[in-house]
Amino acid sequence: MTKQEALFNYTLRLGDNALILGHRLSEWSSKGPLLEEDIAMTNMALDLIGRADALLRYASQVEAKGRTEDDLAYKRGERQFLCNLIMQLPNGDFGFTIARQLIVSAFDLCLYEELAQSKDETIAGIAAKAVKEVKYHLKFSTDWTLRLGDGTEESHNRIQKSFDDIWMFTAELFETNEVDAIMVKEGIAPDYNNLKARWKKIITEVLLEATLKVPADAYMQTGSRKGVHTEYLGYILAELQYLPRAYPDAKW
Amino acid sequence: MLNEQQIYDILSEIPDPEIPVITIKDLGILQRVEIKDGNCEVFITPTYSGCPAMKLIEDQIKEALADKQVGTIKVNLVYSPTWTTDWISEEAKEKLRKYGIAPPLHSTVDKGVLIGKAKVLKCPQCGSQNTEMISQFGSTACKALYKCLDCKEPFDYFKCI
Ligand SMILES: [Zn+2]
Repeated sequence: MTKQEALFNYTLRLGDNALILGHRLSEWSSKGPLLEEDIAMTNMALDLIGRADALLRYASQVEAKGRTEDDLAYKRGERQFLCNLIMQLPNGDFGFTIARQLIVSAFDLCLYEELAQSKDETIAGIAAKAVKEVKYHLKFSTDWTLRLGDGTEESHNRIQKSFDDIWMFTAELFETNEVDAIMVKEGIAPDYNNLKARWKKIITEVLLEATLKVPADAYMQTGSRKGVHTEYLGYILAELQYLPRAYPDAKW
Repeated sequence: MLNEQQIYDILSEIPDPEIPVITIKDLGILQRVEIKDGNCEVFITPTYSGCPAMKLIEDQIKEALADKQVGTIKVNLVYSPTWTTDWISEEAKEKLRKYGIAPPLHSTVDKGVLIGKAKVLKCPQCGSQNTEMISQFGSTACKALYKCLDCKEPFDYFKCI
């Protein structure tokens, strides 16, 4: 694998994660438990889709085969997507969405702070911007984890179950392959093995404060690095890609 | 043919689509203008990654220059250096306050700990410091929602990043 291929693949992975989680969060639009939370989640969705736009545009430039960011978002099948499984999971109840958002925002903070130091200037620029936004996402999901965890018996039990259920998807975030080896060697991306301790510290701190238990590591689900996804991704793409596939030159 | 500074001055007048009392220059969105081979390139930076106003701003830039014979107009999004609310001038902050939006404090103020209390903000309507946060996320990506406990009015806070 060449450096260019690895950079394309890596940038695609970052962009796909932002795109698919952004799409999931956007599904809360008009369905949030309170107007403020509805707005908060769609704002976070907007941050993520904006980040995806920048990353996929850069991926298209790295690839240099004439595809645009829209082609990458709208014209790939699910096997060509590289987003982590956790991004694809259905929103569940509000607590489940919050649990996922805490896990992913903490991961994003650890990752993007490192990427802001990347030798690749474009990645570094996009990452520096993402860090500022992710801090708000992390604050939001922390506040709600505390409120639900340290709330009523019902809210406590439900968000604990959410963390327990989602835990099997956390290890995959840190998985590395040949692409990572090249990115680390070139000084473009950090070694994901070095991110895990800090991520775990953030999650543990919040969960304990919220009177919740940090789930024990058990069987961990994997597959996205190879393009093997959950059954949900196809449905997401069916909705996300319908319009540009049905009306290929549509402008809006 | 206009030079880079003249084009920059024209674009400096464009109001922000969401907060029309200040311009895209006041906000620090307008970065620079370059003329290359008789064509015009404008560099802008987004306040937030997903700011939906960027497309509109791009259109406004093209419209403002449409009859100025500046050749092809290309608008580029740049991410570096990263936009910060510290680029908003004191004068523009005063305009925000008069418009009813609490201006951003210095960016270092928002670098709070994970588990902590929201900062104290002055109500832009009555000046009271007896205010509380309703939501970190407000009517647009760049704002948080607060309310004043004295005059009872809700207000937007231009949050620091
Ligand atoms: Zn007041």
